[in-house]
Amino acid sequence: MTVTTGSGRGAARRRALIGRAAFAGPGLVYVTAFMTVPLLLIACYTVLTRGRFGGVSWEFTLDNFAKAINPTYLSILGDSLVIAAITTALALILGYPTAYGISRLPRQWRTVALVLVVLPFWSNFLIRTYAWIVLLNSQGPLNGALVSLGVIGAPLDLLYNRGAVVTGLLYAYLPLVVLPVYAAIERVDPQLQEAARNLGASKARTFWDITLPLTLPGAMIGAIFVFVPSMGNFVVPELLGGGKTVMVGNLIRDQFLEARNWPFGAVLALSVVAFLVMLFALQALVSRRINRGGARA
Amino acid sequence: MRRRSTLALSALAACALLVSACSSSSTTTETSAAATPAAPAESAAPAASEPAATDLAGQSLTISNWAGYYPEDLATQVEAAIGVPLTISNHATNEEIIAKLTAGGDSGIDVAFVSGQYAQALNEAGLLAPIDPAKVPNLANLYPEATQLAFDPGNAFSVPYAWGTTGICYRSDVIDEPTSWNDILQPSAENKGKVTQMTTERWLALPALKALGYSINTTDDAEIAKAKDLLVASKPGLLAYDDTTFYSRLVSGEANAVVAWDGWCNYGTAENPDIKFTIPKEGSDLWADTMVILNTSQNVDAAHAFINFILDPASHAWVAENILYKVPNKAAMDVQAVKDLNASFPNMGLTPTDLLKQEVIVDLGADSVKYTDLATEVTSS
Repeated sequence: MTVTTGSGRGAARRRALIGRAAFAGPGLVYVTAFMTVPLLLIACYTVLTRGRFGGVSWEFTLDNFAKAINPTYLSILGDSLVIAAITTALALILGYPTAYGISRLPRQWRTVALVLVVLPFWSNFLIRTYAWIVLLNSQGPLNGALVSLGVIGAPLDLLYNRGAVVTGLLYAYLPLVVLPVYAAIERVDPQLQEAARNLGASKARTFWDITLPLTLPGAMIGAIFVFVPSMGNFVVPELLGGGKTVMVGNLIRDQFLEARNWPFGAVLALSVVAFLVMLFALQALVSRRINRGGARA
Repeated sequence: MRRRSTLALSALAACALLVSACSSSSTTTETSAAATPAAPAESAAPAASEPAATDLAGQSLTISNWAGYYPEDLATQVEAAIGVPLTISNHATNEEIIAKLTAGGDSGIDVAFVSGQYAQALNEAGLLAPIDPAKVPNLANLYPEATQLAFDPGNAFSVPYAWGTTGICYRSDVIDEPTSWNDILQPSAENKGKVTQMTTERWLALPALKALGYSINTTDDAEIAKAKDLLVASKPGLLAYDDTTFYSRLVSGEANAVVAWDGWCNYGTAENPDIKFTIPKEGSDLWADTMVILNTSQNVDAAHAFINFILDPASHAWVAENILYKVPNKAAMDVQAVKDLNASFPNMGLTPTDLLKQEVIVDLGADSVKYTDLATEVTSS
């Protein structure tokens, strides 16, 4: 009797497992094929020697790792971190209030506002980046307007510096903060806020003690969404930075497409992946702590 | 040992598969590189898609050229002239096509357009078929100078398609004619922040190497280090690194003087006749873009016929007239319509003698990594 029940339960569990596999399978296979395999390839490239005509030659070496800790490359990595961090901070400062504002709009306007936020994604990223060059260059409309209005005497150098790189990255990835933060704000149970107000908390206090802590995980996801692609972006530093600011994305791209140094490019790519994985782990840890704190409250 | 080599081989096959998958373009018919897991340097047995033919009947051609570097109806022209269907694949840079050709296996490309120093590298890698002069009678149209370029004297494996030099393209209505590379490297007050340099490593180094009186092909560490210091010092005066849109920066007035290839400067001149080209007194390079036949080609005869067709004065003159690059073809440059260009685009009138005063840029093999390091250190400084 017990045995039959057990096997029956086992069969049901197996069926459920097969069902789950059927749903998860295609996605998992896709991720495995197009994420894991290339990553393993990159890992195996890191210990090989640069092929003179591109590719790799099959001689084992650790020189690529030694080269990566050269101060030149470390400072590029440091610059990329700083630029990505500034971009992320600005994206949070601008994106959080935007998401909050949208969530307080009448329901029918919220959809409109959200569509407006993602609207730039409908046109090509490269073209939008070029548009910034047109807008900001010394002979462009912005400088032209400021000069003719007498606000400034000579055109400002708005392009081809770090500020321009941060501007471009912020523009590109700001929607990626707004959306998860908006989703997090929407998920907050309004009864909690009402309870706080009923118990005499001011609006600011309610936001500070209730809304903000509950939406922090969403904000952190948004921050990751901005930080990761900012760190790897090479189009913006090249176009808006005028090639004068080198980020780690440029460095990796150049190793593969210009320098024919695939093994070194692989070392750099893998270092960035490792770094970002650590960042994700940290984010998960902090998020869990925040959630646990929320539950205790 | 045995197991290691099996492992290496299967890993190699996986890499080759990945590379071929990444580099295959929509216009070329790729054969799987996995079937021939050989190191890039050894050329692999091509998967025979068509039987070898001695006459051109049954042959077909696939070429890879820079986008916008040939007439749009080239395929129709070639089919009409030599009766061979032509598929054109585009590449954006030398490195892109090199990656495709060295990925192992048959790239599916019969004729590739690459710069001279890259042709040299491909030949050293054993990837090119020899040019049979008997099958290209129009080689006689080339300037004698163009048959003796340092990367391939005697056109053993490459045939030049266009050639030129690198200089300074500037706004003659805004500034005086620059005479030295130092006008870019140490710009005067009026040009500060209004000059651009190139970003591709060898051309990034060129102005500094020439200003210091070194060879553009130097592999001497001390010389390269001095050039690096000069380039780093030049950065504060620089608007941007740019080797694609520099001429539009002159048109818009954003820049006063830019490091430019002669042909691309002409695109600026076409929009504003005050945009002029000059070769600094310290000298410059002589570059050539060439046609090469891959040794994996099943259509070697058609490939020769194609090159012969390009060297025909009429088709080669089209390149000069429409792309505004000089072609190393005397018969084509003697066409009246091409000669007429000299008035508006003076650098079209540079003679082979003028060009040969410059230094031919050659491949540096393993030492090219020195220029990569220079470029990284300069741009990230």
